[in-house]
Amino acid sequence: MERASENFEAATASAALSRGLGRSYGDASLPASPADVVANSRRADRILGFDPGSGVLRAEAGLSLRDLNRVFLRRGWASPVSPGTQYVTLGGMVASDVHGGNHHVAGTFGEHVRSLRMRVADGRVLEVSEQTEPELFRATLGGMGLTGHILEVELKMERIPSAWLYTETRRVADIDDLVETLLESSRRWPMTKTWFDSTQRGPGMGRGFAVMGRWAEAGEAPPQPPLLRERLSVPPLPIGLVNALTVSVFNKLWFHSQSRPRAAIAHPQAFFWPLDGLLHWNRLYGPRGFAQYQCVLPIERDTRVVRRFFAIMTRRGCPSPVSVIKDCGAEGRGLLSFPKPGISIALDVPLRGERTQALVDALNEIVLEAGGRVYMAKDVLTRGTHFRAMEPRLPHFLEVRRKWDPERRLRSALSVRLLGDDV
Amino acid sequence: MKAVLLGATSGMGRALSRLLAERGESLFLLGIPADDLSRSAKDLEARGAREVGWLECDLLQPKGFAGALERADQALGGFDLVVVSAGLFGSQERLEADPEFCQKLLAANFANTVAFCEEARKRMLPRGGGTLCVWSSVAGERGRKPVILYGAAKAGLTRYLEGLDHKFRSEGLVTITVKPGFVRTSMTEGLKPPPFAGEPDGVARQVLRALDRGTPVVYAPPIWGLVMLVIRNLPRFVMRRIGF
Ligand SMILES: Cc1cc2nc3c(=O)[nH]c(=O)nc-3n(C[C@H](O)[C@H](O)[C@H](O)COP(=O)(O)OP(=O)(O)OC[C@H]3O[C@@H](n4cnc5c(N)ncnc54)[C@H](O)[C@@H]3O)c2cc1C
Repeated sequence: MERASENFEAATASAALSRGLGRSYGDASLPASPADVVANSRRADRILGFDPGSGVLRAEAGLSLRDLNRVFLRRGWASPVSPGTQYVTLGGMVASDVHGGNHHVAGTFGEHVRSLRMRVADGRVLEVSEQTEPELFRATLGGMGLTGHILEVELKMERIPSAWLYTETRRVADIDDLVETLLESSRRWPMTKTWFDSTQRGPGMGRGFAVMGRWAEAGEAPPQPPLLRERLSVPPLPIGLVNALTVSVFNKLWFHSQSRPRAAIAHPQAFFWPLDGLLHWNRLYGPRGFAQYQCVLPIERDTRVVRRFFAIMTRRGCPSPVSVIKDCGAEGRGLLSFPKPGISIALDVPLRGERTQALVDALNEIVLEAGGRVYMAKDVLTRGTHFRAMEPRLPHFLEVRRKWDPERRLRSALSVRLLGDDV
Repeated sequence: MKAVLLGATSGMGRALSRLLAERGESLFLLGIPADDLSRSAKDLEARGAREVGWLECDLLQPKGFAGALERADQALGGFDLVVVSAGLFGSQERLEADPEFCQKLLAANFANTVAFCEEARKRMLPRGGGTLCVWSSVAGERGRKPVILYGAAKAGLTRYLEGLDHKFRSEGLVTITVKPGFVRTSMTEGLKPPPFAGEPDGVARQVLRALDRGTPVVYAPPIWGLVMLVIRNLPRFVMRRIGF
C-alpha cells in the first residue's frame, strides 16, 4: 500500500519504506511485501529556506530536481550534482547518493548535504548530520532508504555564472581512445561523459563520442534563462522498437552524425537530462521492458578489464541505445555510496529472461574480479552473493542498521534480494 | 495582485499559490494548522512571492472569518483577489454512516464557504471590486448516486457563485467558479482515477488563465466540460440507471 500526502512526516509513521518519484530502475523503491506501507514523498515538496549568501537550501524530501531547477537556475544557483533525469526527489538523491557528469570534481550528492531530518525505525524524528549522528548520517547517504525516512534535506547549492553550458563534443574511435579521452578531458573539464555504440564489435568496439562541458560564462550565454520545456510522450507500443537491428542502425547514424569536433552553447536539459524530453521513453522497449545495469571498474594502470567487459557485452548481445561511460572520482562518505575511482559503465538491458540474467551474472564476475561494484539504484538482476562479495563495506553498514533498526522494520524488495531480509 | 488564499497549503490551492508566487504577487495564507501555514509561507517566499503573511482560520469556525480577513487586509494593504480552495471530502458511504461528519461537511462546503465569500465581497466591492475565485466541483452539476451529499453542497455553492457573478460583475467584482473533475490530490488519494484524471499543476495553470481573463467557469481538466455537458442533458430515467 502506498501513502502520499502533503504531510510526509505523518505518512511515514509505521511505513516500511519511503519512495520518491520512482526513478530508480530496479526494486529499490518497491515494498518487500504487498502488506508493507510505502510512504511517497512527492507531495511533500516545500522549500523551507534559502540563504542567497551561503547557498544553503533546506527543503522537504519530495522536492523534485526539476522544481529546484525551475526556481533556482535563473537566479544563478544549481544543484551541485545532477543525475541523468530531473524527475527525482531530494530524498531519492540522498538515498541513492547520486552522481553526475562532474563526479571527478564534485563527488556525490551526499558530499553537499549538510543535514537531514529523519524518522528512524523506532518512530523518533531526529536532525541527523555529521556532527549529531555521524554513523547514521553516513549510512543514510546511499543507504537506499533502509536507515530511516528522510523528511527534510539541507544542502549547499552551487553558484553558477549562467544557466547555460559550454560544451565540446568529439568522436572517439575505439575503446582505448574512449578511455584515454575520458581520463585526459577529466583533468581539464568539470563535466565529462562518453556515449558509445554497444553493438559495435571488432576493431571499432567502444567507438562513440565524448562530451565535455562547463557552465557558460555570462558573456558566452544567451541573455535569457533557458526554458525548461514540456515533454513529448511515447504511446504504449505493442512491440518493442528497440532491438539489435534498430539499435545498431541508430547507433551508426548517431556515430556518423558527430563527424567533426564541435563546440556549442547547450541548453541544460539537452546536456544533463536528454531523456527527459521524451515522457515514457521506456515504452520504446515494448511491453517486456528493460533493466539498467551500472557498474564501476577500477582501472588503475591498465584498461584490459574494460576490454574484457566490452567483449562479453558485445558478444552476448546487449542492444543498448543509451550507454554511458564516466570516470569516477574519490569514494564518497556514504557507507554504501556507489562510485569509486575508476570507470563507470551504464547500460540498458532489454529484459529477455534467463539470457539477461546470464549476461548480468557474467558481467558481475568481471566486476568482482576487478574490485568494482554495481549501482543499487540501477539494478534488479544482481544476485545477493555477488553483491555481498563486492561490498567490503557492507558489514559496517549492517552494524549501523542493526543499531538503529534491530528488528529490520525498514526494508524493500531490494533489501530482500541483496541483503537477505525476510519478506 | 494581492491575494488572500484559504486552503493554499495543499493540492490545487498549493499549486495555484506557487504560480502566483512565481509572478511576484503578495500573498496572505489562511487555513490550519499554524505549522503548515508557516512552512507554505516559507516555500512561497523562496519561490518569488513579494511578501507572504499567514494566519490560522478554520473553515469550520465562521465566527473567525471577519477578523481573519481584516488582518489580511491590514497586512496586504488591501487585497484584490480571494481564492477559496479549502473544503472537506467524504465518500457517500462515509457520509451516510456518520451524520456528525455529514453535518460538518455540508456546513464547511456550503454555508461556511458562502459566509466567507460574503465577508470577502463586503470588503472588495466598496473598493471597486476584484476577483473571487472559489473551488466548487463537477459533483454539483447533477444529483449523482456516488456523491449525493457532497454534490448537493457543491450544487448550492455553484448556484450562489453564479448569482454573485450575475449581480456584481458590473460593479467590478468578478466571480470565478472552478469545477474540477477528478484531480490527483491527497483528497482523492485511494480513489481509482478515471481515464482523464488531472494533475494539480495543470489545473492551477488553467485557473491562472481564468483569473487573468475573468472567465466565470473553469472545468478542470477541460474535458470535464464536455462530459458534464452530456451528463447535464441526460434524461432522468437514464441517470437513474447508470452508476455515474
Ligand atoms: C533516465 C535516468 C537517468 C539517471 N541517471 C543517473 C545518474 O546519472 N546518476 C545517478 O546517480 N543516478 C541516475 N539515475 C538514478 C536516479 O537518480 C536515482 O534512482 C534516484 O534515487 C531516483 O530518485 P527518486 O526520487 O525517483 O527515488 P525512488 O526511485 O523513488 O527511490 C530511490 C531510493 O531512494 C529511497 N528514497 C526515496 N525517497 C526517500 C526518502 N524520502 N527517505 C528515505 N529514502 C528514500 C527509496 O527507498 C529507494 O531506495 C537515473 C535514473 C533515470 C531514470
